[in-house]
Order: sequence, then C-alpha cells, then structure tokens
Amino acid sequence: MSDAVIKCESVYKIFGTNAKKMLQEANGNVDAKKFQDNGCIVGVNNASFEVSKGEMLVVMGLSGSGKSTLLRCISRLTDATDGKIFIEGQDLLSLNNKELIELRRNKMGMVFQSFALLPHKTVVENIAFPLQIKGIKTEESISKAMDMVKLVGLDGRENYFPRELSGGQQQRVGIARSLAVEPDIWFLDEPFSALDPLIRKEMQDEFLRLQEKLQKTIMFITHDFDEALKLADRIAIMKDGIIEQLDTPANIVLNPATEYVRKFTEEVPREKVLLIEDVMDPSTSNDLSDLKVLKDEIIENVAEKILTQEKSVTVIDNNNKIVGSINPTKIINTVFGGRKNNN
Amino acid sequence: MEYIKKYPKLFQWLFLLIVFFALCFAIDVPETYKFIRGQAEFVKDPNQSSYIFLGKEVRYYAFDVFWRLPPLLGWLPIWINDSLFFLMNEWMPIEFWNEDTQEFKTRPLVLQISRNLTAFMTFLIELIREILLGGLETIVAFTSWDWIDKNPWAELPGLPWTIVAAGATILSYKLSGKGLALFAGLTMIYISIFGQWKPSMQTLSFILVAAPLSFIFGLGLGIAAYKSKRIEKALYPILLVMQTMPQYAVLVPALVLFGVGDHAAVIITMVVAVPPMILLTILGLRAIPPEVIESGRMSGCNNWQLMLKVLIPTARRDILIGVNQVIMVCFSMAVISAFIGAKGLGFNLLLALNQLNIGLALEAGLCISLIAILLDKMSLAWANKQTDYFGNLTFFQRNKNILFFVATVVIGIVLAYAGTFLFKGTFNYFFEVPHNKGISTADFWNKGVDWIFDTFFVYIKAFNTWLIQDVLQPMRALYLRMPAVATIVLVVGAGYLIGGIRSALVVCGLTLFIALSPWWDRALVTAYMATFGVIVSCIIGFTVGTLCFQNKHSASFMLGVCDIFQTFPSFVYLIPVMMLFGITDTSVLIAVIVYATIPATRYTIEGLRSVPIGLHDAATMSGVNKFQRLTKIEFPLAFPHMMLGLNQTIVFALFMVIIGAFIGTEDLGQYILKALSDKKGAGIGFTLGICVAFIGLIFDNLIRTWVDKRKKHLGIN
Repeated sequence: MSDAVIKCESVYKIFGTNAKKMLQEANGNVDAKKFQDNGCIVGVNNASFEVSKGEMLVVMGLSGSGKSTLLRCISRLTDATDGKIFIEGQDLLSLNNKELIELRRNKMGMVFQSFALLPHKTVVENIAFPLQIKGIKTEESISKAMDMVKLVGLDGRENYFPRELSGGQQQRVGIARSLAVEPDIWFLDEPFSALDPLIRKEMQDEFLRLQEKLQKTIMFITHDFDEALKLADRIAIMKDGIIEQLDTPANIVLNPATEYVRKFTEEVPREKVLLIEDVMDPSTSNDLSDLKVLKDEIIENVAEKILTQEKSVTVIDNNNKIVGSINPTKIINTVFGGRKNNN
Repeated sequence: MEYIKKYPKLFQWLFLLIVFFALCFAIDVPETYKFIRGQAEFVKDPNQSSYIFLGKEVRYYAFDVFWRLPPLLGWLPIWINDSLFFLMNEWMPIEFWNEDTQEFKTRPLVLQISRNLTAFMTFLIELIREILLGGLETIVAFTSWDWIDKNPWAELPGLPWTIVAAGATILSYKLSGKGLALFAGLTMIYISIFGQWKPSMQTLSFILVAAPLSFIFGLGLGIAAYKSKRIEKALYPILLVMQTMPQYAVLVPALVLFGVGDHAAVIITMVVAVPPMILLTILGLRAIPPEVIESGRMSGCNNWQLMLKVLIPTARRDILIGVNQVIMVCFSMAVISAFIGAKGLGFNLLLALNQLNIGLALEAGLCISLIAILLDKMSLAWANKQTDYFGNLTFFQRNKNILFFVATVVIGIVLAYAGTFLFKGTFNYFFEVPHNKGISTADFWNKGVDWIFDTFFVYIKAFNTWLIQDVLQPMRALYLRMPAVATIVLVVGAGYLIGGIRSALVVCGLTLFIALSPWWDRALVTAYMATFGVIVSCIIGFTVGTLCFQNKHSASFMLGVCDIFQTFPSFVYLIPVMMLFGITDTSVLIAVIVYATIPATRYTIEGLRSVPIGLHDAATMSGVNKFQRLTKIEFPLAFPHMMLGLNQTIVFALFMVIIGAFIGTEDLGQYILKALSDKKGAGIGFTLGICVAFIGLIFDNLIRTWVDKRKKHLGIN
C-alpha cells in the first residue's frame, strides 16, 4: 500500500435498478448515453486517483458532473456501484456499519453547501454534536466545542441559534463542527457556494489559514474554477462522471488535456495563477541579467521587473540556489500569447 | 372542424356528456321500481331474486342491469358481521387464568385481547379523570374493593378547579404569552361558573388519554413508513380511505369489538386520529434537507441517534402540527363517540339535542368549542415555539413557571379547604361547581329560539318550502333518475379524460363497489346532498375568499375565522341550524354549507396568496387594472390550489351530510346511524362507511390527478 490517505481504483457509481448488471455487461467501458437509454444514470465513471497526506484535492465540475456523487462515494454516504476505495489502506467498501460509524466518528469531517446545521441546537451544541454522538461527556464536549468556536472566530455567539446567524457565520459553524472530532480527512462539499462573493473570498482566505495550521487531507468540491485554482494542490476536473484531467493548477492552465478543460482555462488570468517556476527554462546560460527572482513568485508580482530587463533573468529557489532562467519574451508570451495555439 | 382541432379536450367532454344524457334518456325507470327502498330490503318476498355466496344468502329485487346493477356485494356486510362474530366468540379458544375465581377459563383469544385492552384503557381514563375530579377506581385497580371498605380515607381527592384553571393559564403563558393565558383563564372560569366543570373534565380526560396514544402510534407508524417503502405502500390505501371515511361508520365495528363506554371511544378515536398523524410525520421527515441527514451520518450517528437526535427534532414542527390535528380529531370524536357511551360534554350535547333543548345543547357546544380552541391554540403555539437558550439563567428564571404552579397548587388547596368552612351546608364552590348549580343561560337561549320561531316562522317556513319543493326535490329526483350504467360511463369517462387509463380504472373500481352494494340509491341521495352543499359552499367560499384577498388585513382575519370555525367539533354545527330551521333537510344542508365553506374560503385565499410577488409586479408594470390582474394572472395560477380546496370541500360536505343523519335524512348516513343500534349492524355500518369513503375518493382521485397535471403544466410546486 502506498502512503495515500485516500485511494480510489476505478470507482463507478450508477443510479438505476439494474445498474450492477449493466455495469458487468459493459465490462468497464461505460457509455453514459447507452446507460441512460436503459434507465440508468451514470454518476461517477471510472474514477481512479490518490490523495496523499496533507494534500488538498479540489474536484471541479459543473452541476451534474458527478463531483458530489464522487465525494459521497468516498464518504460512503452512498455505496459505489463498483471499484475500490481505500481510506488509509482500509478497504472502505468492506467495512460493516459499525466500523463505518467508528471511521466517521474518528477520521472524517464533512462540510455541506447548505450548512446542514441542526435548527434546534445552539452554535456550541451543534459543534459539540459529533462529540456527544461519540459518547463524550457533555462538559468535556462543550469545552472542546468552545475551542472550535474560537478557532473559527465565533466567540461571543456560541449561544446563538443557527437561524440568528448570517450565511458566512453558519458555515463557520459547519466548519467548526466538521473539525470537532479532529478528523484526518476533511470533506468539503461546495462549502462556499451559497455565500456572497465578498464573504466567499473572506472564507476562502480563512480556510487557507486554517489549512496552513491544521494540515488535513482534504477533498474539496466546487463548481468555481477560480476557487479551485486559488485553493488546490491538485485539481480534478470532472464532466459527465469522468475525471477529464487531474493535475496541478499550473499544468491544467498550461496544458489542458481536453477541449472541455481548455474552455475553463481560456478566461483565466495566467499571470495570477502561474508561478515563475511553471514557465521558466530549467537550463541556465552565462548571459543573464543581474536580476534574480524566486521560483515561487506569482508571475504578476514580478512581471514588471522582469519585463524591464533585456536579457534573461536568473531564477533562484529559497536557498538562493540558481535553478533556471526566464526570458522576458516568455512572460509576454504566457500572459498575452495567442491562447488557442499556446502549448 | 377547426374548433375541434383548437379545443380537442372540450369536444371530448361534450361527447362524454352527450353519451351520458343519451343513456339517461334511453334507459327507462322500471315500472315496479320504488326509489330509495327499491333494491335490497332484507324482507322475504317471493318476487325477490336471490343468490348464495360464501354461504350467505342475499335477496334482492332484480331490475334491468342497465338501470340498477344487482347487489353482488350484498354478502359483504353479512360476511363481515359473521367474521367479526366468529373472531370474537369462537376463534382460537385459549385457557386464561382468572384472578377472581382462581381458576382457568376458556375464552377466545380476540375476546380476551379486547377485554384486556379495554381494561387498560379504562384504567388510564379513570386515572386522569380521578386526578381531575377525584374518585376510587384507580386505587381499587391497585388494591381491591375490600381494602377500600377497610380504609375509607383512601380516595383520590381530585384537583380543585382553581388549580386546573391556574395550571392551564400558566402553561398557556409559557407557550405563547399573555393573550393566550388570558383566554385560557377566562375559558376555565367560564366553564366552572356555568357549571360545566364535571363534563368538561370528563371530556378532557378522554382527550388526554386518546391524544397521546394516537400521537405515539401515529409517530411510530409514520417513522416505520418513512423507513420502509413496503410499510408505506401497505399503509397508503388505508390512510386514503380513513381520510374520507365518515367518523360515524367506524363506531359500529368498534361497538362489536370493544363494547360501549369511554374505553371503546378512546380506541375508536385512535383509529381516526392516527392517520393524519402518520401523514404529517411522513411529510415532516420527508421535508428534511438530505444534507442534514448526511451531516448526521458524517457525525457518526447510528440509526437510533440519527432518528432521535437529528430527524425528529428537525421535523419537530410538522410533527407538532400532527399533534394539533390529533387533538382536533379527538374533540370531534369526543362528541360523536357519545353515541357509543363516552361520557362528558359530548354526551350532554347529544342528550340535549335529542330532547330538542337547544339552550342546553348550546351551552355544552360552546364549552367544548372553547376547550377545543384553547387546546388548538396551545398546541399550535407549541409547534411554532422556538427553543430558547437557558444556560445562563438563574434557577428561579429557569423554573419560574413550575414554581408558580406549585404556588397555585398550595393556594388552591388552601382555598378549597377554606371553602369547606365558607360554604358550610352548601356546595364548596372553591372546589367544584356542581353540574346544575352554576349559572345557566339555557332558558335564555330556549326563549330566544321560541321568539325566533314565533317571529320569523312564516318566513322561515316559506324559505324552507321553496328550497325543498323547488330546488332540492327536483335535484334529488334528477340524481335518482340516473341509470347506473350512465353514471358509471360518466365517471369513468371523466377519469379517462383527466388522468388516462390508470385514473379511469381506479375510478371505475370505486364506482363499481358502490353500484354493486345494496345501497346505490342512498349513495345517490348522499351525492346529491353533498353536491348541493359543495356548489353553494364553493360559490360562497370563492367569492368571500376573493373579496377578502383584496386587502391584507381582511385576508388574515378571514383565515383566522376559518381556523376557529374549523376547530369546532363537527357536531356543534347542528345546534344553530336546528335552532333556526328545526328538523328538516334544510337544516342539514345549511350545516353542510357552513362547514364546507371553511376549506373553500381558506384554499381560495391561500391559493391567491401563493401567486409569486414577482408576477404581481410584472403584471402591474404591464398596466393591468385590479380586475384584469385577478382574472388574467391570479385566478389561473391560483386555480390548482383552489381545486385542492374543492377536494377538501367535498370531504367536509360528505362528513356533514353523514352527520346530518342525526337530524334525519334518507341517505347512507341514516343507515349508518341505524346500524349503531342494530345487533348485526357492524358489517352494514362498515360497508356503508366504505361506500361514503369511496364517493369521496372518486372525486379525490379526479381532482388530484388534474391538479398535479395542471401544476406540472404551469411549472409550480
């Protein structure tokens, strides 16, 4: 077993009465249209990937692309029709109900798009809920929940009811609840989609701050490509249940695998997404300008400096070691170059 | 031809009507046919045909099959009756240990179960009754009569009325606030001062047993149906029939199974009150957003935790609305089950009506209505109450209501004790005002009724004669003149045009059941009375609803009025109409109209209200005037909802028509009432009830199918 925390091997989820039988007949070659004619709907079609410890995988897709279904297969809120899912090496689909509950109580946390708070419990009671379900005493669970309240910045509102909070605050409660049992794996199902743009940005920054601190293994679902680029270590782009491409944000922007992915990348301001490292030339020559730039800089931040140079610029890493060079024309090509024909 | 292409539906309907009328004219009334008592009186007569099915002989007068179908289901009531009898008296005799005689005794299983069940119910009712009124039975249940004789002090003392009144007030205050508390206090004081305390508390004790039991069973079955598709499928048809089954009809089998008295009344009330509870439980659980359930699962809930800590609290509001429904049904049944010997206000009401003592009936009816309104408001307040956070309150703040109640108990007891000195030699009014020692307004009302009769007799009589001779009799004759085949063609055709082959088959089955029963004529009379009531109710309801909708306040006011009227136990409606119109069909029909106008009005207002505000604005910006907006925008969109109102109107009308049998009508209800006093009535009563339920279900099916289609067409949910 590799050290992957989540590992999927050709997972299928097909809705319909005789889905299993049809899948067997299809022999791994699922045609969504053919299935639909027979009254089956393909949710997830042959998904294989791994998420390693501390990594954030963002699954991006439009509505109906099967991204939420995929997440629900991995959290086993629905049972996958076929395939294998391993959580920390444990075969998820072979767990019985009791083991599954144990797993969820200790290892998993999930945040929902519509917050899914319990209307009859206060903020702190909502957060303490998973702990109390686990059987932890009321006092202990409340005091632990209070820590979570502080973590998400809701101090002073712990005795409010969900109905008295704004959307952003409610989602903070949702986040705190999902973190209360200190899970290793954190599922987020479009957590910020129901929020206003300004609040959404604030919550994304907050989320990055939390992840910096907690270093969870994350599967994050979104339909917002910009959000995916901003948050992800790696992005999986889904369409009709199929993962079209799974790669780092930079590679997706630079090398879209399919026409569908390209359409998303077209409007993306590359200078804001790509790092120097992504476009630099790993070879160096002696004829370089005096300017040195860090490889981890976003292009936008250093473009002006580089473009004032005539010669190529040296690229260094954090240890001041030279790792490559970059020519100003490359920057111009990347930012303004004919996008359709760009490599 | 052009028109046919333009309005194909219209022509299909026209064609159906033409066929219907053609059949009506083509098929003549057989010369020997006597309406109403035509087909199946159970008298021996050599002219009768007969057949034997399942060992039961059915005799009937045979007529042209096109005119009236032979009562091929005539064996059903006899069979049900015999089966019940067999079940109760012969099936599975088992030896049971008898405490009193200290020996084994052989008894049929069902009888034993029924006896144990009734004993348990009786115990529960007596317990609560004696807490409220005092008595011996509960203590006897735990000891014996001998023990009581030796210990004459051992008796539940009963609560003084002051304590019950204060308790109700405090509870109302806690649930809703000052307004309801004031209402609760005044109601209780009214009941006491007017000498209705004892019957009121008897009724209340009946409801305090029936309602919680119905709640528990309804909730349990609702959860089971939510969890298992199979249980839901099994329950669904029963629920449907129970929704339209007249409450009278279930009394009769209960009589056979459980005998006469409060216990039988409680059981039968549960049968009627559980279905709405089940429906609302399912509805509430279904309405929970799936993400909330998923969040519960991801929090690691097992099935029990999920149900108790996530699902039920989230569906709390719908479930409590179910409690409200249960309470309302219980009140309705509290009166109706007086027929099988339930004590309390209902019994007094029935007695007074039987003696035509309108004044007394009015007092009892007012009392039961007041208590019904009070409990209705309390349960609704409970449903809408948001949980509060108590963590940072002091002990006194948290428990002040309980502390207050304890204080009133003490004060009440002291008062009652003081009363024994104060009212020496007379009744202790601080403990309980005896039944006939309160203030009574009965004489006043009776005189009022007499005055009305003396003064307006001519007009009332003229109106009565006109209505009966010129409207009701012709309408009734027309209905009875319909040949069975024509009716079936009409109904099935309507089913086919509205909902396709499926609807047609369902409707056909329901109609055939009624047509093959021995009571087709009476079903037609029931249908005619209901139709008349529904037409008038709809005209009134739609007009009043539309008018009230023009103003926000009047709309809310009207809905409030509907709420209160709906709270009245259905029987209460008979009092004022008997007061004004005496014992005639007019009385029944007016009660039907008043009762059935409630849903017509309510659904009209609600339907008009549900038109999206955006459409209002769009219409206004297109420059419509008020009338155009109403006809072009609001009516078309509100119409599906208003049709659901029509559905409810039909059910309400049928209910009241059947209850109207108490006054004296010639429809199915009369037979149900007759069956109550018939030793072999159980099967007849039950079959009749099913017939009435099926009349309701025919319309229910047609209307619902149409509404669903229409809503889909308009894209509204």
